[in-house]
Amino acid sequence: MVRELMQVVLARKPKMCSFLEWRDLKVVYKRYASLYFCCAIEGPDNELLTLELIHRYVELLDKYFGSVCELDIIFNFEKAYFILDEFLMGGEIQDTSKKSVLKAIEQADLLQEEDESPRSVLEEMGLA
Amino acid sequence: MPAVSKGDGMRGLAVFISDIRNCKSKEAEIKRINKELANIRSKFKGDKALDGYSKKKYVCKLLFIFLLGHDIDFGHMEAVNLLSSNRYTEKQIGYLFISVLVNSNSELIRLINNAIKNDLASRNPIFMGLALHCIANVGSREMAEAFAGEIPKILVAGDTMDSVKQSAALCLLRLYRTSPDLVPMGDWTSRVVHLLNDQHLGVVTAATSLITTLAQKNPEEFKTSVSLAVSRLSRIVTSASTDLQDYTYYFVPAPWLSVKLLRLLQCYPPPEDPAVRGRLTECLETILNKAQEPPKSKKVQHSNAKNAVLFEAISLIIHHDSEPNLLVRACNQLGQFLQHRETNLRYLALESMCTLASSEFSHEAVKTHIETVINALKTERDVSVRQRAVDLLYAMCDRSNAQQIVAEMLNYLETADYSIREEIVLKVAILAEKYAVDYTWYVDTILNLIRIAGDYVSEEVWYRVIQIVINRDDVQGYAAKTVFEALQAPACHENLVKVGGYILGEFGNLIAGDPRSSPLIQFNLLHSKFHLCSVPTRALLLSTYIKFVNLFPEIKTTIQDVLRSDSQLKNADVELQQRAVEYLRLSTIASTDILATVLEEMPPFPERESSILAKLKKKKGPSTVTDLEEIKKERSSDMNGSAEPTPVNASNVSTPSPSADLLGLGAVPLTNSAPAPSSSGSLLVDVFSDSSSVAAPLAPGSEDNFASSSDLASSEVVSEEPADAVHDADELIHKFICKNNGVLFENQLLQIGLKSEFRQNLGRMFIFYGNKTSTQFLNFTPTVICSDELQSSLNLQTKPVDPIVDGGAQVQQVVNIECISDFMDAPILNIQFRYGGTLQNLSVKLPITLNKFFQPTEMSSQDFFQRWKQLSSPKQEVQNIFKAKHPMDTEITKAKIIGFGSALLEEVDPNPANFVGAGIIHTKTIQIGCLLRLEPNLQAQCSVLFQMYRLTLRTSKEAVSQRLCELLSEQF
Repeated sequence: MVRELMQVVLARKPKMCSFLEWRDLKVVYKRYASLYFCCAIEGPDNELLTLELIHRYVELLDKYFGSVCELDIIFNFEKAYFILDEFLMGGEIQDTSKKSVLKAIEQADLLQEEDESPRSVLEEMGLA
Repeated sequence: MPAVSKGDGMRGLAVFISDIRNCKSKEAEIKRINKELANIRSKFKGDKALDGYSKKKYVCKLLFIFLLGHDIDFGHMEAVNLLSSNRYTEKQIGYLFISVLVNSNSELIRLINNAIKNDLASRNPIFMGLALHCIANVGSREMAEAFAGEIPKILVAGDTMDSVKQSAALCLLRLYRTSPDLVPMGDWTSRVVHLLNDQHLGVVTAATSLITTLAQKNPEEFKTSVSLAVSRLSRIVTSASTDLQDYTYYFVPAPWLSVKLLRLLQCYPPPEDPAVRGRLTECLETILNKAQEPPKSKKVQHSNAKNAVLFEAISLIIHHDSEPNLLVRACNQLGQFLQHRETNLRYLALESMCTLASSEFSHEAVKTHIETVINALKTERDVSVRQRAVDLLYAMCDRSNAQQIVAEMLNYLETADYSIREEIVLKVAILAEKYAVDYTWYVDTILNLIRIAGDYVSEEVWYRVIQIVINRDDVQGYAAKTVFEALQAPACHENLVKVGGYILGEFGNLIAGDPRSSPLIQFNLLHSKFHLCSVPTRALLLSTYIKFVNLFPEIKTTIQDVLRSDSQLKNADVELQQRAVEYLRLSTIASTDILATVLEEMPPFPERESSILAKLKKKKGPSTVTDLEEIKKERSSDMNGSAEPTPVNASNVSTPSPSADLLGLGAVPLTNSAPAPSSSGSLLVDVFSDSSSVAAPLAPGSEDNFASSSDLASSEVVSEEPADAVHDADELIHKFICKNNGVLFENQLLQIGLKSEFRQNLGRMFIFYGNKTSTQFLNFTPTVICSDELQSSLNLQTKPVDPIVDGGAQVQQVVNIECISDFMDAPILNIQFRYGGTLQNLSVKLPITLNKFFQPTEMSSQDFFQRWKQLSSPKQEVQNIFKAKHPMDTEITKAKIIGFGSALLEEVDPNPANFVGAGIIHTKTIQIGCLLRLEPNLQAQCSVLFQMYRLTLRTSKEAVSQRLCELLSEQF
């Protein structure tokens, strides 16, 4: 499915519209430099807003990583997932506020910090 | 800002990822991955217990490998272990792995559920969030079973944190989508509705999504949400852009929530309360007004968000379809967008306008944009947009602009993208038919269609043109002349040859007076195409030739020569060979009278809905065409309305057999793409095979293998007495439960054959009475008798037959059937006649049974069980356990279930040995959905004597379940 979509989307030219019908779904896509973000939605869903949903997600990534690039997403793919999870759930938007989502992620990161500080100490001991 | 550096927690992972990225070739990458997989596998298998960190790291690596597109078949257990870790990051990675990689049927689900249960009970909001995410991402039935009762409690509990509430709402939504039957409605629903008033806009957003989906299925239960949604919406649209703080997106206040509220309102009709209604109208007006205001930002995000709300508002206006003022404003707004420089907006405007066109208030307003839309068709660079333009033209078409629109579409068709050609062809064909004022225009249009896009003209289209030409005698001459001219093109499409062959075969005589199209010229013209055509077309042409023999006796010898040639008589194709032989023989031995009768002009077709429309519906999905379809019904004073349905004359030998019906009763398989070539010739085959049965009496059904001879022998010899013995009552009927054709009854004097066809609540049965003796039957009177009870639910109409049946001859009687409501008994056919001075009287039951009005319904496993559960009250289910009467053979059983009329649903029942089916019984008054399940007892398969079946029927009506169960139980 991903491969098939990839070919369809990559074949499209810049001036074309960002929606295309694919099987019984609609695919909404947006290009950011060399990255394409795609969303498959159902008939009655709002296309323009889906486009903005992609944008909001990119904004979130951007805020979190600080001017995000492809490498950030590859090396921290799990983080990209976590942010997506905070933002969307079961295909529906959970919270549209940038602040709320980032707050949730920050909180999670804080927990991670607490986890990790003793860990690195242990590791050093293990290494030593 | 939180720095990325925190990701460094797993250095090993980062190293691995850079290794992969440094790989120069695919092979190197695979090598590196295999090395890593081996390493991880040995680590997992090793004796040394891994600490949580390493487990997390390895699971994370596996996940990465999976995302690169490789299969992962281990590590699930380790991921599950991570779930019970108390460290947040370990738990988080465990959940992530499971959400991405564990499919919903995994056996691990039980373990996973356990971990989730603990986290839900932990009261730690972050852990609860992870657990809820996992449920929502996996969304399996097992999870729904375990948690569907729990989540509503979390959702409405007073002390739940906002973020958890949001997750709980969406999680519940996901479970409701996958297993609606498992989500109990209850007190919590009213409290969920009140979440619309919540202070936290994130909670409102999530709750609105949930309520919208729930309200679609249970509108009554969530009715109160309408007024709350309206007031919420009103507060948003009137707020200043700064009021909602972070929920304002590029100066647009809460666009997501607005859209969701507007969608929720689309689940309901316009509010009845005038105050609410007024407030909503104000909101919608405000949204429309804002579209005219200068943008607050030049950013595309601002305009997108603003327009998203606008389009959703327009959808609601169209949905309500009650405020002409708003509808016209919406239309004008969309009209502006049609010329917008943003492709996205043009696309959406075309799409929305399509729905607007079907409203009576705005249809005229939409029509004013016709030039713009035609222009879009010509100039848009994106095929998706052009496709929308075609749709809109189709939707806005009416009698006033049909000629223009059809011309434009034909024009466009010459250069149209291949992907949408077939659809355009169907649309042109439908519009041309629907709005044809004169039939010459219609014929021209369709022939043009074939010329321009012959490959995309499906059978339905050319069947339809033939049907219409045959039914309208004022156009026949013109049609013959036009096809004749069209055929003169050096290269013409095979579909044109088919239409030409058929029409000239029927009406070639109408133009034969013109020396330029004399019989011989017509014949030579057609025959010059013969060798270039496929087998079905050749078969059709052969039939045309034999029709020519009748129409034009002067070229009989020429045609006979062609038929006699080796390339015909010895053709490798059986069908062609047989036709050549039979036609040649027919032309030699039959007298002109017989020829004239056998080859008589086709009788008019019964009028019915165009199958082209059905095909378009199938292509586009029902929702897109229904509106138009209704419009069509209103205005169908055109072609269909004016030609009165002509009763088929039963004694006419060239009456098309049921399966020769071109467009009607489902005889034409509506395949999606190119139809199988073999079916294209069938219409003529059947017509002719039927007429040739005059020479071979008692033909119908004789080839039917189901009517086993033992059955026939067992029925009594002759009923000499004028007694009213009903023959073998149900025994005879049971043979016909799963099939429509065959021999119903036979004794030494008389054979009764049946051919029948059913569609929805209508049916037609041809009864053939064959006199097996050499003596005439006198006073031959068959009567169909319905009991009083039956009369109210079944409407049967028959025509009397000739009272004299010659020795060895066969007469045919047609019974038209309409099912008014569900019924139990079968009608009785009583036949009386005099044979050699004795009065014969016999009665048989006619196999018109409830299951004949079945229409199969395909559905997914999930739908099936959902409906199955919905029909679970004891009165709806009827079950029968019985001994098998025939050996258990899967293929035969399947064929019988399909013959019974229901769809056979494969891969629905978890046990592959079971059979499940679904369908709808159509009656005039009600439609009854039916589900059935047949379970063979495989354990008992060793002995034929003990093979058992269990058959379960569930329908919404007890009597129907009962009857269907009775009928079907006899079949196995």
